[in-house]
Amino acid sequence: MTAVSEHWSEARGAEIIAEHAGQEGATLVILHALQEAFGYVPEPAIPMVAQALSLSRAEVHGVFTFYHDFRHKPAGRHVLKLCCAEACQAAGGDRLAARAEAKLGVSLGHTTADDRVTLEPIYCLGLCATAPSAMLDGRLVGRLDEARLDALVAEAQR
Amino acid sequence: MTMRLFVPRDAGAVAVGADDVALALEQAAARRGLAIEIIRTGSRGLYWLEPVVEVATPAGRIAFGPVTPADAPSLLDAVATGGPHPLGLGAAEEIPWLKRQTRLTFARCGVIDPRSLDDYRAHGGYKGLERALSLGPDAVLAEVTASGLRGRGGAGFPTGIKWKTVAQASANRKFIVCNADEGDSGTFADRMIMEGDPFLVIEGMTIAAITVGATKGYIYIRSEYPHAVEAMNAAIKAAKRGGYLGTDIGGSKQEFDLEVRVGAGAYVCGEETSLLESLEGRRGIVRAKPPLPAHHGLFGKPTVINNVLSFAAVPFVMAEGAKAYADFGMGRSRGTMPIQLAGNIRHGGLFETAFGVTLGELVDEIGGGTFTDRPVRAVQVGGPLGAYFPRALFDTPFDYEAFAARDGLIGHGGIVVFDDSVDMRRQARFAMEFCAIESCGKCTPCRIGSTRGVETIEKIINGERVAENLALVEDLCNTMKFGSLCALGGFTPYPVLSALKHFREDFVPAPTLQAAE
Repeated sequence: MTAVSEHWSEARGAEIIAEHAGQEGATLVILHALQEAFGYVPEPAIPMVAQALSLSRAEVHGVFTFYHDFRHKPAGRHVLKLCCAEACQAAGGDRLAARAEAKLGVSLGHTTADDRVTLEPIYCLGLCATAPSAMLDGRLVGRLDEARLDALVAEAQR
Repeated sequence: MTMRLFVPRDAGAVAVGADDVALALEQAAARRGLAIEIIRTGSRGLYWLEPVVEVATPAGRIAFGPVTPADAPSLLDAVATGGPHPLGLGAAEEIPWLKRQTRLTFARCGVIDPRSLDDYRAHGGYKGLERALSLGPDAVLAEVTASGLRGRGGAGFPTGIKWKTVAQASANRKFIVCNADEGDSGTFADRMIMEGDPFLVIEGMTIAAITVGATKGYIYIRSEYPHAVEAMNAAIKAAKRGGYLGTDIGGSKQEFDLEVRVGAGAYVCGEETSLLESLEGRRGIVRAKPPLPAHHGLFGKPTVINNVLSFAAVPFVMAEGAKAYADFGMGRSRGTMPIQLAGNIRHGGLFETAFGVTLGELVDEIGGGTFTDRPVRAVQVGGPLGAYFPRALFDTPFDYEAFAARDGLIGHGGIVVFDDSVDMRRQARFAMEFCAIESCGKCTPCRIGSTRGVETIEKIINGERVAENLALVEDLCNTMKFGSLCALGGFTPYPVLSALKHFREDFVPAPTLQAAE
């Protein structure tokens, strides 16, 4: 189960921003903290971050959109990440990714219509000697095969 | 007497069930009324045997693997009675795959408790820093330079020269930055050492700091490595408590503080200038060089930025002397390289050895070929920007210059093995696709070239004007190679061109086959 996210509130957002704003180069640190709390980076937080760090909105928006990690809306209840990099490709990862797409009825990078599962590609979990690998809500799984993948998908759909 | 057991907490071991095994051992011991202590270590890097369980005996540690939770009761019984067990591997240190290695950097990884500063010190930790403090900066620079250590991130730049440049720069502040943005597929050595021996990285960075006069350091770890982030944070805390970070380091007058920063899923941030931008809180856009980070680095200040493995090599150099390190290796590649065997390989894992071992030895002999039992057809060395080598090049020794001479690179030391079912057109397309996804967008050859590359290789796959499009891809690769600002655009041509050169048959259908259809 993913950690339950808080609902966005300006006061809570301001608190999180203030907590980290004193660090040098704090933008990523703050965006990470906001996403950790709310499950995504709420749009109203962007100008608040900009003001706290004396940056322009465009600069903060630019940072937010540059990095693959930051979400502009909440993910599904579960996030299943499948490693799609070369070591996992060599070990049959592509076939497993296609299988997961078929089972969930969404392509990589999308969330099921019922908002239960977000299926995402990830480019290397560093588990290349036990490939193919996956991560379900932060839990790592190596030596993925059809049976293990099916179990992960079923767990995510519950 | 309490039985002492060792189970890795390494992410690679956890991914194949190490946590469940540890829990099962505890439960089985409780049922037997057996007193046990489980120490969670890093991994020794024999991943096909993970989860490995080791047990302390008067004759040293004996190993079992791969262990499943169901094996826990029989394993405890075997140890208690001294009887054999089907998963028994004998003395851990005597496992041939491990014994054959030269573990200088990874000597403690998988052996000690990565959360324990005392354990680190009991196994020779901080000897390098002690000697560095007693020698002084000039002598440390001389040692590091004499060791021949070159940047282990991939570029292979002499570490001693980099440090000297920063030492000679004058500024009110200087920084030490550890590049732990290990994004290359097929590499996991940084992750392993951060999780298995994090104090080693801290010690290496601290030696750099006292040598160049820096007071603050950052470890930039990719967000895909939450276990490494946790391990490094815990170690930094312990090092502070133990007087090895902060003021008066190791009883000296030196000051050095360290902080972990987490990336956000951008491959290009493994490029040093992009990483510095990211650390400053900006988009990870590559900077033009010069100025070099050594002169104008983090926040515009002189900065030593090295890979995890470069810092991790330094404590050995300082503790044992430059010669002890430089005695290993070949040509201008001195010392050892932690090589990572990955992908479709029977015996995958971390193999640290002196430079000079051939690719064929690594893949066939040490790696044991593919786990699918099919012939090895291609290996990609050095990550997504590394060349694909065919069996014909298996005599290439693992050495910076030898790989460069054959249009390849050793990069961060990752080797990804593919069997004969690989379609090299797809691999070439993926190289371009990955570059397109990860390009920072600053320079045109990389930003646009990679997308055009995907499209053109797609046409080749669909059989559209193949000869013409192959020529176009080669031309495009040359533009990217010579016109890109950093290694992402500049090296993406390596996998593409090597696939075209060594696996031409995949791109150009044989005429006889066409006729037969």
